[in-house]
Amino acid sequence: MSIDITQFYQVFFEEAAEHLATMESLLLGLDVSDPSLDELNAIFRSAHSIKGGSGTFGFDDMTQVTHILENLLDRLRKQEMKLTDEMVNVFLDAGDVIHMQLDAHRGEGVVDQDRVTAVCDKLASLTADTPHAAPAVNAVEDNSDSGFFDDVPPLAPVASQDESYGFFTDEPVADAGYGFFDDEPVAPSVDAGYGFFDEEAVLSDAAEFAMVAVAHDAAQGYGMFVDEPTQFPSTPQQAQQEAQQGYGFFKKIVPVVDSKPAAPAESVVVRKASEKAAVSASGDTSIRVNVEKVDQLINLVGELVITQAMLAESAGHIDGVLSEKLQAGLHQLERNTRDLQEVIMSVRMLPISFVFSRFPRVVRDLAAKLGKQVELKTLGEGTELDKGLIEKIADPLTHLVRNSLDHGIESPDVRVAKGKPPKGTITLKASHQGGNIVIDVSDDGGGLNRSKILSKARERGMALRDDMTDSEVWMLIFEAGFSTADVVSDVSGRGVGMDVVKRNIAAMGGRVDIDSVEGMGSRISIRLPLTLAILDGLSVAVGEQTYIIPLAYIIESLQMADSDLRTVSGGGHLVHVRGEYLPVVALHELFKLPRNDTIDSRIVVIVESDGKKVALLVDELIGQHQVVIKSLESNFRKLPGISGATIMGDGKVALILDVSVICLAPSRQNKLEA
Amino acid sequence: MANDNVASGMSNNEFLTFILGQEEYGIDILKVQEIRGYDAVTGIANMPEFIKGVINLRGIIVPIVDLRIKFGLPDVTYDAFTVVIILNLGTRVVGIVVDSVSDVLTLKAEQIRAVPELSAKLDTRYILGLGTVDERMLILVDIEQLMLGQEMALVDEVLA
Repeated sequence: MSIDITQFYQVFFEEAAEHLATMESLLLGLDVSDPSLDELNAIFRSAHSIKGGSGTFGFDDMTQVTHILENLLDRLRKQEMKLTDEMVNVFLDAGDVIHMQLDAHRGEGVVDQDRVTAVCDKLASLTADTPHAAPAVNAVEDNSDSGFFDDVPPLAPVASQDESYGFFTDEPVADAGYGFFDDEPVAPSVDAGYGFFDEEAVLSDAAEFAMVAVAHDAAQGYGMFVDEPTQFPSTPQQAQQEAQQGYGFFKKIVPVVDSKPAAPAESVVVRKASEKAAVSASGDTSIRVNVEKVDQLINLVGELVITQAMLAESAGHIDGVLSEKLQAGLHQLERNTRDLQEVIMSVRMLPISFVFSRFPRVVRDLAAKLGKQVELKTLGEGTELDKGLIEKIADPLTHLVRNSLDHGIESPDVRVAKGKPPKGTITLKASHQGGNIVIDVSDDGGGLNRSKILSKARERGMALRDDMTDSEVWMLIFEAGFSTADVVSDVSGRGVGMDVVKRNIAAMGGRVDIDSVEGMGSRISIRLPLTLAILDGLSVAVGEQTYIIPLAYIIESLQMADSDLRTVSGGGHLVHVRGEYLPVVALHELFKLPRNDTIDSRIVVIVESDGKKVALLVDELIGQHQVVIKSLESNFRKLPGISGATIMGDGKVALILDVSVICLAPSRQNKLEA
Repeated sequence: MANDNVASGMSNNEFLTFILGQEEYGIDILKVQEIRGYDAVTGIANMPEFIKGVINLRGIIVPIVDLRIKFGLPDVTYDAFTVVIILNLGTRVVGIVVDSVSDVLTLKAEQIRAVPELSAKLDTRYILGLGTVDERMLILVDIEQLMLGQEMALVDEVLA
């Protein structure tokens, strides 16, 4: 029987990517001077899982890299070597390489073989360094001097250090045998034969032991040490020596040699174990679901809401006794559908930590490159937003963070000269405000320099007024090609990017604001709708039709006085609003709709896109809604001036205006072009 | 591609027939999703006249084409008897307005004749053949090619 293994590829890809992400975040959290064994073990496990998976699926290149990575990690874990910054960097590089290979197997991108080789060589050379054997030997000496074995029954005649080693020399894979903890964690048998070392010799990898031990820790809260937890030194290195010297065999070991270091270590371990338990508990209760299925559910529920609204409307026309019962039932239905919609919408929601988790790495790498000291703080990682938005927000956010780091945070000596701590802080903060999610990227760096921006803008020949407010000046940095960096580096300064950031965010229906105080730092706030599927809109009537104007573009709506309306030769209309003359776009002309002559409306909705303000003339304002966005393109095609469609409560289709295109209409003789 | 469509159009010999003006047309019944009344169409600006707009078909937005206008019929009215045939063309769903739906017919191969060269509003490349049933002549249309073709302006990227 042959199984088509390719069907499991996708699962492997996703899992491997998750393992890589775990590994990276653990590596970044690692305290190099005093790495926690738990974390090292967790990193090792991630690497090991990737290795196992890639081996199973025959991705040998990945297996190869992970194997070398694992070797080094293993030695670190066994404390044969000391962790260095260099190693962490190489591990991160290796993670990137594996990611690259993973992408290549997915069919996205190619593998840079030179880089793979370089990383492998680096790993191998680090692994090959002389292990720090000395402490182990010392420990053994200490222990044997301590008279540990005084009451040791006949079995372990550890008269001298030499003997104790000799003991195991004819047992070539002796130290592989730690697996016996697995079998009998609480009461290892006093069976003298050492035979069980043979049994377990298969576990040629001491790694397995630590994994098992940790697993037990997590599961049993230190299973084997339950009785007298302080008795056993609890780091694997020590445990290893124990095993080598046969301590593990004897349940009663009265003398406690070095309980002091063991105790704190243990408390840490126990705490971590409980954390781990919590994580694995949540892991067990989630399932992977295809996004399409979720979208289908969302569509169906949307339908249900519309059907319910239609029912409610028809039921309103029914009189009599039955009507009351029917109404009661309908109210119930309304409540249920609303709850159902809320729950289903929440299925697509993911915590923003999915995006935030990449930044420690970005900041670390870039700070190192720029010679700056930066601390990254993240707040509100649990804030949830739509999966689609999560994917799209990552790039703009990365750009902003890089910008803050490059332009915002000053180098340590400059900071000290300014009386600030040498280490700068970049804060990423996510929070809900009304129906929006707000993501702030703030830094305590130099802030924006008004005069510098203005002079750059003048150089570029931008139209400037003398009385621009600060916030207007700050918005200039979102203009295409704008950069105040004096030197163009490979990090930033080319002026590509901020305009893209703004455009991408606008495309998601969001907006960007900047606050900045010179010398104190700046804050860039991104305001996004919670989901891509729902839009806050103002519905307006034009002739017989209803259109939706996305709220994000609307500045205000007002009733014009006749005196506010001016004409320009050639038929252009302008409206005078708060000192500005704005072009008037009559929607019925734009969409060639017959206008109801009895309505002499002077209602305009003022919208802004890309800095262009336009007054849209409509017949009537209907109301503000949250509408579910439906694609026009799936069955039809893109329409000029229309960004999508939605279904109103009465079942009719309403078109959503593409304000960014409509704002260009006045300069195109009121014609729409896609 | 075109040959495949012809083949698939011909291998299934069941046709839904509808009437436009004086003529009777037949389309592959497997392309038909449902038949409904003409109702609540949201108009769209700057479109050819035969594209009436879009409707909400149980949550999806479906464009509606009036074939009567497309084929230049003189008498176009919308009332309670106006019929919309909802077509399912692969990934797309579109609706066409016709005068009335008449029959579902099974045609044998010998009842289908080749199309002579002629000049009509309907390009002959969209005609699969002419069906004969007693004295009636059915114009068998490759509706998928017709609807997704360039002149319908229904899609952004036109089928090759």
